[in-house]
Amino acid sequence: MSNETHNVTMVEAINLALMSEMQKDESVIILGEDVGTNGGVFRATVDLRETFGIKRVLDTPLAENMIAGLSIGMATQGLRPVAEIQFMGFIFPTMEQLICHAARIRNRTRGRLSCPLVIRAPFGGGIHAPEHHSESTEALLSHIPGIRVVIPSSPARAYGLLLAAIRNPDPVVFLEPKRIYRLSAQPVEDNGQALPLDTCFTLREGKDITLVSWGAMIKETLEAADALKQQNIECEVIDVACMNPLDHDTILSSVAKTGRCIVIHEAPKSCAVGAEISATIAERALLSLKAPVQRVTGYDTVMPYYKLEQQYMPNTADILAAVQTTLEFS
Amino acid sequence: MTQVYQGEINFRRFLDEQGTPVAELPIWASQPEILQSYYRNMVLARQLDTKIIALQRTGQMGTYPSMLGAEAIDAVSGGLMLPEDVLVPYYRNHLLQIIRGAEILDVLNYWGGDERGNASSGYGEDFPNAVPIATQSLHATGVATAFKIRGEKRVAVSFCGDGATSKGDFLEALNVAGAWQLPVVFFVNNNQWAISVPRSIQCGAETLAQKGLAAGIRSEQVDGNDVIAIHEAMADALKHARDGKGATMIEAISYRLSDHTTADDATRYRHNDELKAAWQKEPVKRLQNYLAANGWWDEIQEQAWLNEVQQIIQAQVDTYLAMDTQPVESMFDYLYAEVPKALQEQRASASIKAMTGGSHHE
Repeated sequence: MSNETHNVTMVEAINLALMSEMQKDESVIILGEDVGTNGGVFRATVDLRETFGIKRVLDTPLAENMIAGLSIGMATQGLRPVAEIQFMGFIFPTMEQLICHAARIRNRTRGRLSCPLVIRAPFGGGIHAPEHHSESTEALLSHIPGIRVVIPSSPARAYGLLLAAIRNPDPVVFLEPKRIYRLSAQPVEDNGQALPLDTCFTLREGKDITLVSWGAMIKETLEAADALKQQNIECEVIDVACMNPLDHDTILSSVAKTGRCIVIHEAPKSCAVGAEISATIAERALLSLKAPVQRVTGYDTVMPYYKLEQQYMPNTADILAAVQTTLEFS
Repeated sequence: MTQVYQGEINFRRFLDEQGTPVAELPIWASQPEILQSYYRNMVLARQLDTKIIALQRTGQMGTYPSMLGAEAIDAVSGGLMLPEDVLVPYYRNHLLQIIRGAEILDVLNYWGGDERGNASSGYGEDFPNAVPIATQSLHATGVATAFKIRGEKRVAVSFCGDGATSKGDFLEALNVAGAWQLPVVFFVNNNQWAISVPRSIQCGAETLAQKGLAAGIRSEQVDGNDVIAIHEAMADALKHARDGKGATMIEAISYRLSDHTTADDATRYRHNDELKAAWQKEPVKRLQNYLAANGWWDEIQEQAWLNEVQQIIQAQVDTYLAMDTQPVESMFDYLYAEVPKALQEQRASASIKAMTGGSHHE
């Protein structure tokens, strides 16, 4: 931790957070495939091995399930493993370990053992990656009691939320929207300050409609809010940031103010986090609503290969169209 | 063509099926104390097993996996592991957990459906039971990695059955343990049956221990009904790990004398002749014969120990049966280090529902 301000992209902010926390806490251990000499396939762990040595930055054999199970064993011993799964499509082999053990060890032992691990994985579409590299399966993980699912939407958010994830005494899956890994740089002060988990961030206040999103789709959501501002429509923009446990209060109080809500995400529509948010609004804020909650999402299909991925993913025009429908509802 | 690899698996046995020495015994086996201690624990296990099954049959216990036939493995391992080592058990290591510090009450609570059975400080840093097969093998590698990173001379000891060796988790654990020379022992209780699937169709390899060779770790077979053989194999494996030389896989040839669990009926798939033959090799009688032949155990000692064990067990059973159920809020209170705000409302709702006349929707 240097307290210097760095103009960094999201992936550089992740590296900055790892570097900062490893200096502060020697129990933090990085592990995964290619994280050492290669610095990670996206370079999120670059220079860490040179700085902290081979006992703290471990290149593992190629087995994602093993990485998860190994991390659990390490975590119960008081280490804070931060494991990289190269792409979210490869996180599926880890699910048994995450569901059956990481999520349950504290509960199973009534607090005798705990499991403070972080699994980092790039996720989402938009970078012309091969099959199994572009899915947004945050809802699968969010459904598991005991697992936190955290998704940053900017370099500063990535820095602060990753520090919080590493310091958290329970397992956190930290999903990194790779489409915006290098989209833009932002000044981030390396001050070691974590952001709160389990809370949404209100990025923009407005009285006419609430736009709820997270990760890379925040980019299109803010673009839509900018465009609507030109039409004197003021959007409240909420970055969910933590999918589970979900901060209902921020969303519900915003909907109480605006009476209109659109949830925007890349993931398929059905049984997704957006469905959970919509259902909660229906349960708890129905009488505040002036229009039905709309969802702007990916299709309930397999994520297509890259030549069709832009067709799959929601865009700014889709959000504007949904806003129009919502505002015109009567 | 040149041969680039040739491996071998050795099999250790010191006592035959009647408890007669068939090889030169190690020096420690010429003294009665260690063997008597093993024997007492094995008798405890057998009595406890019988009691728990009786509790299950009378509706006072959940589904339970018997340890019948595995007593020698737990007794020896419990005798040799040091307190600072970490046990990563599978769901049949009840005796081993007790020897390492858990109360009989903890075992009763766990199989009786109460999470407090895993909570006792008597477990130290040991892992709770793992129900999904072989997943715990990987936890042991993580524990061993922590030991290695910190330079501690401790050993993680992981148990599983023969069926578990077919799973990726087990093979992945062997693989990383070999690649990183981790201080871990993988102990396979090859009791010949994975529920109804016999060893013969579990795996095409001649021994399960060969799987360790593929991972580059020392591997051997032992007679899992012979406490002296198990002692020698386990002591060597622990020393090997503690000396920084890496992992060992031990395949113990035993036999599951019980059903898989109390929910299983092994007569559906297993011939009685095979079971009868297995009883001729079982570990408790074998050790009793050896002790008696040396004048180290007699019928008076046997009866005195049986009486003592039964009193110990009954006292714990009485406590178990008198325990209050955990408060319903405990479902929420240990899920995370702190109850998240998003769960507080459900927690309150559960409290109301648990009250007399309460409703989920109040």
